Amino acid sequence: MSTNQTITTQTTTTDTTTTEHHPALAHHFDSMEQQQGASTFGMWVFLLTEIMMFGGLFTAYLIYRIKYYDAFVAGSTSISVSWGFANTLVLILSSFTMAMSVWAAQLGKRKAQVRLLIATMILGSVFLGVKAKEYYDKWDECHIPGHVIGKGFNAWGGCDVNNPRLGNIADEIQEKAKDAGVTVPEVSAVQTARQSEIFFSFYFAMTGLHAFHMIIGLGLLAWLTLRANRGEFGPAYFTPVELGGLYWHFVDIVWIYLFPLLYLISRHKHVA
Amino acid sequence: MSTVTTTVKPVMPAKHYLNDNYGIRSWLLTKDHKRIAILYLVSLTFFFFLGGIFAALIRLELLTPQGDLFQSDTYNKLFTMHGVNMVFFFLVPSVPATLGNFVLPLMVGAKDLAFPKINLLSWYIYMVGAFFSLATMVSGGVDTGWTFYTPLSSGYLRTHVALMAVGIIMAGFSSIFTGLNFIVTVHRMRAPGLTWGRLPLFVWSNYATSLIMILATPVLAITLILLALETVFHIGVFDPKYGGDPVLFQHMFWFYSHPAVYIMILPGMGVISELITCFSRKRVFGYSFVAFSSIAIAVFGFLVWAHHMFVAGISQYSAMVFSLLSMAVAIPSAVKVFNWTATMYKGSISLKTPMLYALGFIGLFTIGGLTGIMLAALGMDVHVHDTYFVIAHFHYVMVGGMVTAYLGGLHFWWPKITGRMYPEAPAKLAALITFIGFNLTFFPQFILGYLGMPRRYHSYPEEFQVLNVLSSAGASVLAVGFLLPLIYFLWSLKYGEVAGDNPWGATGLEWQIASPPPTHNFHEVPVVTEEPYAYGEGVAGVH
Amino acid sequence: MQFKLPLFPEQASSVAIQVDAFYLFLVLITTFFSLLIALLILFFIIRYRQRPDREAEQIHGSTLLEIVWTVIPLGISMVIFIWGAVLYYHIENPPANALEIYGVGKQWMWKFQHPGGQREINTLHVPTGRPVKVTLISQDVIHDFFVPAFRVKNDVLPNRYVYSWFTPTVPGSYHLFCSQYCGTKHSAMIGEVVVLKPDDYAAWLANGKAEGSLASMGEKLFQEFGCVTCHRPDSGARGPNLQGLYGRPVRLSDNRVVVADDNYIRESILNPNAKIVSGFQPIMPTFQGVVSEEGLIQITEYIKHLSSQESDPLNNRTTPTELRDNEVPTIQQELQQGNQPAPTPGKKP
Repeated sequence: MSTNQTITTQTTTTDTTTTEHHPALAHHFDSMEQQQGASTFGMWVFLLTEIMMFGGLFTAYLIYRIKYYDAFVAGSTSISVSWGFANTLVLILSSFTMAMSVWAAQLGKRKAQVRLLIATMILGSVFLGVKAKEYYDKWDECHIPGHVIGKGFNAWGGCDVNNPRLGNIADEIQEKAKDAGVTVPEVSAVQTARQSEIFFSFYFAMTGLHAFHMIIGLGLLAWLTLRANRGEFGPAYFTPVELGGLYWHFVDIVWIYLFPLLYLISRHKHVA
Repeated sequence: MSTVTTTVKPVMPAKHYLNDNYGIRSWLLTKDHKRIAILYLVSLTFFFFLGGIFAALIRLELLTPQGDLFQSDTYNKLFTMHGVNMVFFFLVPSVPATLGNFVLPLMVGAKDLAFPKINLLSWYIYMVGAFFSLATMVSGGVDTGWTFYTPLSSGYLRTHVALMAVGIIMAGFSSIFTGLNFIVTVHRMRAPGLTWGRLPLFVWSNYATSLIMILATPVLAITLILLALETVFHIGVFDPKYGGDPVLFQHMFWFYSHPAVYIMILPGMGVISELITCFSRKRVFGYSFVAFSSIAIAVFGFLVWAHHMFVAGISQYSAMVFSLLSMAVAIPSAVKVFNWTATMYKGSISLKTPMLYALGFIGLFTIGGLTGIMLAALGMDVHVHDTYFVIAHFHYVMVGGMVTAYLGGLHFWWPKITGRMYPEAPAKLAALITFIGFNLTFFPQFILGYLGMPRRYHSYPEEFQVLNVLSSAGASVLAVGFLLPLIYFLWSLKYGEVAGDNPWGATGLEWQIASPPPTHNFHEVPVVTEEPYAYGEGVAGVH
Repeated sequence: MQFKLPLFPEQASSVAIQVDAFYLFLVLITTFFSLLIALLILFFIIRYRQRPDREAEQIHGSTLLEIVWTVIPLGISMVIFIWGAVLYYHIENPPANALEIYGVGKQWMWKFQHPGGQREINTLHVPTGRPVKVTLISQDVIHDFFVPAFRVKNDVLPNRYVYSWFTPTVPGSYHLFCSQYCGTKHSAMIGEVVVLKPDDYAAWLANGKAEGSLASMGEKLFQEFGCVTCHRPDSGARGPNLQGLYGRPVRLSDNRVVVADDNYIRESILNPNAKIVSGFQPIMPTFQGVVSEEGLIQITEYIKHLSSQESDPLNNRTTPTELRDNEVPTIQQELQQGNQPAPTPGKKP
């Protein structure tokens, strides 16, 4: 095998201040193009692994939803569609501000980058704040599965001695059925309420894993904001912001799946 | 290319990646893929011997039919920790993280992997996982079996399942990052002229392995996360007492763990391709077929997981589908074996130690793979599932296959990694001892399995004793075979003959640079104009 | 140490010979191909060893050969698959006239119940010459029912029945292993299958201290738990008629049709809401935690033996009962209070 001495580098950027050795060019890459292409490709591969991970969780959720449909519908009635929808809007807006910050980075607009990244972080924090409120509600209503955290799972009226309606999913089932003109006896409703524990297991696992990814995302955004503020990003080099954007959009898309799967099945009419 | 004659003794290069920088910090904060490979080599060797000690204790107990050496709980922990350490902390990273990390960038003509910092991170994540594994062992161990079947693991055992699960998840993430790195490197950092059709088969194998790593491992992660949550909080996902389905756990677990076995074997197959070609002085027979068979194995490997569950309560019809698909996944492996054998036809074969290991691989992997077909046959699997037959099968492919390939690769690339040759005579002896010891250990287990001796049995009926004694005797020989390389490899670091750039006269970009290589690998970007394994006339003679 | 070196377990069932024949075939194929490769390699390393007067011949490959050695293994593996699948189908599907025995696995023992009521622990007596179907369930973790001499094996699950069948052919005593790791004493969960000639088996049955057949014990439980209050053949009953139910199709409230097998009955007792029979209300309480696995088996046996009446269990109700919570106390309350609910509630205004 012959080894000819050929160095191949290409500089196609129009930015006249870029030399062949941009300060951000890592020593093992030949050009900024190669570095940027490799980094973006790497982020897509990483997101693919995340899809597989959430996918495994979603598959397990779907299997149990088919097995315990009534219980899942019942569990879903006890989480608030309004808050879930509000969170959805917040996240979509945050994806917009994120995309705009990538645009600003591409154009080298330092102040705009920083502002938009901060806006994204604020919106992300709002999301997490709402989630925290929802989790607190679940804790209050004794809907945390298992018997290790909080007062233990109780969805059939035993959560608060003075308020038998608190977190009482069995009640919800009977009410909803009555609205549809069907009588569901208490025995049956209680049994379905018991089975809804598995719905909540998945609720916490799925939204918890999502929230965990959001927290990591916030950390990444903070770091990007610091670097953006130092003026590191411009037309020649904005890859980290782009990758951050990809990650943030992914987290957003996971939520777009979570919301209907978890919150909107309660919209279904009562099944006799 | 370098021509070595007997009149000029090679010398060590003055500056190379090992002496470029000294001090702990230069190693623990290195971004050099070669140093990271060495870091992995040390950690993996530790876990290999740790798992080996557990195996030795198991075989010691099984000398007698009664469970008289250990208490039942201890024995159950021994085989669990043997499995967990060997699978997750040795086999999965073995070739990719050591040989792959070291050689793959060299083979594609790159100065490093695409993401050197992530490479280092993957080693640190592995070490965190290793720490959790050791912590689990120190605090009493886990006794669920490496398969963690529920509801036993989620509700009935008091051992540290969640702790161990975290360790395995960490090791899994380490492999995801390695795979991610390899994929991007192979796609984006090949030297000019190095088309996909000119890639060495070692690269193809590691690429296919990486595809499996990134797609399958996340499912293991989520399965173990759910298991850990179940164990701690009793959320009810897999325990029928709370409405869960234990068979769902098996589906999710094997969805990763079957492709995992291809993660374990494919890199080894890549090594074999390199060894057979070099030591037959021949291009590989049917290059595209061997290359694409790696991808075929990766793809088909995702479709067969429930063949571990034929008697677990799945429907008969899905069992038949999985049995059919399992037959299909064996074909690409068979194609490889035939191509390697055909590569030797009309070659010019020298039986150096790496070649001995390669030949051992082909024989033992053939037996292991064919017994796999036996297991994929439904009527047969009913009888031998969960018996020693299965244990014999997977040790034939994992140890007779993978570990043999790993050792072969280690011997082959040792001069490149260290600049020194290992001593040939003790090495050949070790290879022979390993081969004999291995067969003596595991062949009787096929018979034991058909006789009906179940897996994970601490004590057994008397009529199984003779075969168990044979197996344990073999294990002691095998242990010697594995210890010898540890000794002479370490010896060679100081006293081994200086190797020179290309002691084997092999083709491949890694052999065009010094041994050990400089930190930045290539002084100039290489340009590739030839097919791989171009061992035609005029190639460098053997050292 | 005993110097026994067996290579095959005894062939003690009708299917053992078939499995062994298949095994021999597979061993031959494995040996053939392993030897083929090994001998080729041996031949090549000698014939084509490195010699100063010879260079290696650079051969690219041969598409024809690739096709040949892809198609032939594929063909052989298809033969293996078909043979294995046919054998498997035979192993998994019991004939209709099988003697039914129930088994419960728990850490770390086996409990068997014969239809005549005889109970065994860790031993299972069966006769030669007729198919035996063992319906199995676990009380805790997953176990596995494995009799090497019969060549049968099945995981025993904690949430549903599985079954294993065999026709013993040779009298004798054979190992029963648990072969799914189940905890500390997994290797001690060993039992014995004792195969007797039909006369000896009948004698053993007669000697067994049975409290009554499984079905009669099931009938007792049926009364004890109050099942009979709702599950009656008259048209006013609140629960479906169980006479002649077993093995027949049942239409559910969501229009699905399922077969009333062992698992259906067990589920209906433990999780009644999962499948509601068409025309009935979801009022049956769950008996989870109230009935043991053995009890469930006995009740199932009883239901199996209820002879069929003139009414078709499929839609054997003409008018569904309408209940209102404020008018009728719940069944559970009634049972707790020890009341017998009104025998014919009829239709409420």
